[in-house]
Amino acid sequence: MAEVGHRRNGAQNALFLAGATAIVLWSAGPFLWQISTSFQLDRALVSPTPSLIPHPFILQHFLNIFLVKHFQFYVLNSTIVALSTTFLCLAFGAMAAYALSRLKMRRRFGLLGLILSVSMFPQIAIVGPLYLLASILGLLDTYMVLVIIYLALGLPLVIWVLFGYFQTIPEELDEAARIDGAGPFRSLLLIIIPLSLPCLVTTGLLAFIAAWNEFMFALALTSTIAHQTVPVGIANFTNLYYVPWGDIAAASVVVTLPLVLLVLFFQRRIIEGLTQGAVKE
Amino acid sequence: MTRPVAIGSTLRTAAPSLAIVRGRRVDWAPLLLLLPTTISLGSVSVYPILDGFWLSLHNTTLSTREDRFVGWLNYRLLATDPDFWGAWRHTLEFTAISTLAETAIGLGMALLLVERFTGRGLVRAAMLIPWAMPTVVTSKMFGWLFDGQNGLVNWAFRSLHLIGGNIDWYGSPNTALGTIIFADVWKTTPFMALLLLAGLQTIPYSLQEAARIDGAGAWQTFWHVRLPMLVPILLIAAMFRALDAFRIFDLVYVLTGGGPADSTEVLSTLTYKTLFSALEFGYGSALSTAMFATEVLIAFCFGILIVRGMRRQGR
Repeated sequence: MAEVGHRRNGAQNALFLAGATAIVLWSAGPFLWQISTSFQLDRALVSPTPSLIPHPFILQHFLNIFLVKHFQFYVLNSTIVALSTTFLCLAFGAMAAYALSRLKMRRRFGLLGLILSVSMFPQIAIVGPLYLLASILGLLDTYMVLVIIYLALGLPLVIWVLFGYFQTIPEELDEAARIDGAGPFRSLLLIIIPLSLPCLVTTGLLAFIAAWNEFMFALALTSTIAHQTVPVGIANFTNLYYVPWGDIAAASVVVTLPLVLLVLFFQRRIIEGLTQGAVKE
Repeated sequence: MTRPVAIGSTLRTAAPSLAIVRGRRVDWAPLLLLLPTTISLGSVSVYPILDGFWLSLHNTTLSTREDRFVGWLNYRLLATDPDFWGAWRHTLEFTAISTLAETAIGLGMALLLVERFTGRGLVRAAMLIPWAMPTVVTSKMFGWLFDGQNGLVNWAFRSLHLIGGNIDWYGSPNTALGTIIFADVWKTTPFMALLLLAGLQTIPYSLQEAARIDGAGAWQTFWHVRLPMLVPILLIAAMFRALDAFRIFDLVYVLTGGGPADSTEVLSTLTYKTLFSALEFGYGSALSTAMFATEVLIAFCFGILIVRGMRRQGR
């Protein structure tokens, strides 16, 4: 394994430390400034010398986004859409991944490749026809149209990650269940799902983040605060005469901080899940 | 984590599966299990692509209620449309520069992270922040950092006496596309690094050790041992990155809206405006079909490179 490094001298260690610090600053720095901005007075933000520590420390921007801009509605819409998407993605994704990994099917790797290649379609190429279809079906500006679309966008990755994980579960386990007379649906539900809970949680997180962050379809297919999601809400945060950077920063913190905390908590598993495809090939 | 089972079961399916060879009755279970996915991908991905192509042969315009079959007219218009070629150029420029930068910087980060040092977990965790952040938030964040008047970047450059006065980073045609590329590099490089890190970790350490014993320096070991072994993964990662970069929408739409003076207009934003501002669904579909064709072409080119790279390695 590459893990077993040779001994380094002091200079090399210092170099590593410097590199690592640079990466952390590069990755986390801009967001830290965003957090700092959200607690600063507009007046402080336009002062000639910006300060990282908010002085005075204010909550005005957070009050603004909730009381004036009704940001809680966007958060609620996003939560409903993203949670429904996650749940459906996991259910359908687990079924498909199980079929692809366990049941005797010809050309299953071709099928898997096909499913993955669908996720590489440019999304702008499908938004027009989907808009027309949604308008015929009366689905414009509903939660349902977003969930249906996000489900299809999320499924390929979910299937891919779950497929990789199901492959690591010894086949003898569901073989035993089959001998006991359980059909594929029951062995999926009773054997595979309980064994895959940790993987389902992180895969679900991936699907959730994707749905939570999606912008273009939400922009095109929803038109009122009753169904618009967070990214659309933030994109529309503009005042007539100036850009409310403080309010925008506050909204950014509100929608990003929970994600960041979840991601930090699950980082090892997320990295494993996301990178398994690249390594296995 | 090791996943030896994956390889094992691959071999197992390579043998003809008895269930099908005997095939007295059709096994419905796999089909049933795949049904929801098929319906979902079929109706939300495959059907719209086909319908988009069909629409592109019409002059469908929602505002004038026109909807007539016009054959290849839209594509002929496309070929002489300066807006399209402008957006096409910006998109390719953006895709090429950001993919190259992200791969190069990502490789650098990965080479650092593959070594063992204290706090490596913390670094990896921090690297997921840009990835997890909604792109719209990233756009606004860079909008504030690069603000023409009070942005932190202008302040920092002024303090270091690198610039005399403020630069209107994304408000001037000379620097706008560069600012967007920078924001995209920030957002996606860490993820690229994690992919490449996973690839680096599969290279047996004994190879490097052997090279070192033969007297190879760190640079030679990298250039002659690690890099050649990493090429297939590098290409696959770059392909996914390029395909993703090619359809960039959020960053541009939120940060500049395609301006100033169309200097950052990319294919996705141009198509979006044609569809939803001009309501020209026929012409917009021709744009998006052309984009789809270009994506396929990019994937095809990378595919050839990847297959070649793997052959050379004798995989």
